[in-house]
Amino acid sequence: MADDAKGGGGLEFHPMDQFIVKPLFGDVGDPVHWYTITNATLWLALAVLAIIGLMVLTTSKRAVVPGRGQSIAELMYGFVYKMVEDVTGKDGIKYFPYIMTLFMFILCANFLGLIPMSFTTTSHIAVTAILGFGVFFAVTILGFVKNGASFLGLFWVSSAPLPLRPVLAIIEIISYFVRPVSHSIRLAGNMMAGHAVLKVFAGFAQVAAIAPVAIIGVMAIYGLEVLVSAIQAYVFTILTCVYLKDALHPHH
Amino acid sequence: MAENTNALGEVAVGAPPGMPQLDIGTFDNQVFWLLITLVAIYFVLSRVALPRIAAILAERQGTITNDIAAAEDLKSQAEAAEAAYDKALADARAEAQRIAGETKAAIQADLDVAIEKADAEIAAKAAESEKAIAEIRAGAMEAVAEVAKDTAQDIVAAMGGTADAAKIAAAVDTRMKG
Amino acid sequence: MEGELAHIGAGLAAIGSGAAAIGVGHVAGNFLAGALRNPSAAAGQTATLFIGIAFAEALGIFSFLVALLLMFAV
Repeated sequence: MADDAKGGGGLEFHPMDQFIVKPLFGDVGDPVHWYTITNATLWLALAVLAIIGLMVLTTSKRAVVPGRGQSIAELMYGFVYKMVEDVTGKDGIKYFPYIMTLFMFILCANFLGLIPMSFTTTSHIAVTAILGFGVFFAVTILGFVKNGASFLGLFWVSSAPLPLRPVLAIIEIISYFVRPVSHSIRLAGNMMAGHAVLKVFAGFAQVAAIAPVAIIGVMAIYGLEVLVSAIQAYVFTILTCVYLKDALHPHH
Repeated sequence: MAENTNALGEVAVGAPPGMPQLDIGTFDNQVFWLLITLVAIYFVLSRVALPRIAAILAERQGTITNDIAAAEDLKSQAEAAEAAYDKALADARAEAQRIAGETKAAIQADLDVAIEKADAEIAAKAAESEKAIAEIRAGAMEAVAEVAKDTAQDIVAAMGGTADAAKIAAAVDTRMKG
Repeated sequence: MEGELAHIGAGLAAIGSGAAAIGVGHVAGNFLAGALRNPSAAAGQTATLFIGIAFAEALGIFSFLVALLLMFAV
């Protein structure tokens, strides 16, 4: 009976199975302790290796006329540097290494997650929540350290009419505390959605009649996902820059 | 329904139920490894990669600046050479103009002298001719007066009068003047 | 019964993805209209464009998340 149901009528979709965290060594059922080396560990480590390969090994020659790899590294550097400078201003430059760390990690993790059979670390709420709330707390603490109590001026829109200001302040405070949630869920949700959709389309390929359509669909969605991976890394980084700017210059 | 039991069967084996993202049991593991990863990336980037790329970019900027300065230098040299050439050309042209002007002035002077001389000769000749003409004309007038007096005397004689030669001559003279 | 209701709810929540698509289209379309009017100012505003798209899209992702929660977690 069960074999019939599998082979015949019912399509098998396990779009979420790819996100299961399991120990790399040992059986699937083994418990996952905080120190256990899991598939998440493997792909995080691969992200580190990818960054080392991209940013360190390619620039080892220190050529004045750059080769292909070095051009990419310089392009990344220039791209993020210009973003930080444009959005946060000159005094945001000293936070550039942190923002570069975020950008490179998210970019490499997103792209590594697009390799078939891989594990997408950035599709997990736990990972992106650490990133998002980390940015949130860092920026908030930085805002109070730099500006003291006048950081609260961020919520007091002095350009608005006076009766409107308390209402606006409530809205601003709510939107401020929603920031880390939307910041992290946007990234995780985008990665999760794309990969789940890929799996669903792949599941349609089980039926021979629509398999070509399914495969073309997988290709199209894959192309979209490549774009989304890059754009989400960019968006996460630029929003971090915007929040950092708010912390450094809280007055509208 | 069969799928559901199947999925539940997997759960029994050990896979987390529903969304793996919401399986709180794996959070500490992920957070731990993520923090290690981020720290590792931060140190790789801030200690090695970023200073190196910044140095490369600065060096390239320096090289470009130097090259541009050198090019600027060469350009100014070329401009100086061109200016010198232009000056030499202008000098030569002015010299040529001067020589041409001098020659022209000398020729003009010679020409003027010759023209003056010719003019003077022509004027002398013309004056001589005029004098000759005037003499001839005066001669002719006298002859005409003589003839007129004789004719008048003859006419008076023919009319039967006695001609006073002196009166007739005075009358003819008066008429001829008038 | 409850599971089936949850599936219906997930389908309803997925409508939000379409709404987010409308929002993203609005942002991108208006950016393009403005950029064609004044192309010289467009280059400086691409960051704003992406921020706007990200905010519009985040709400669609929220509805997708609600759908997923209803499908797998309830």
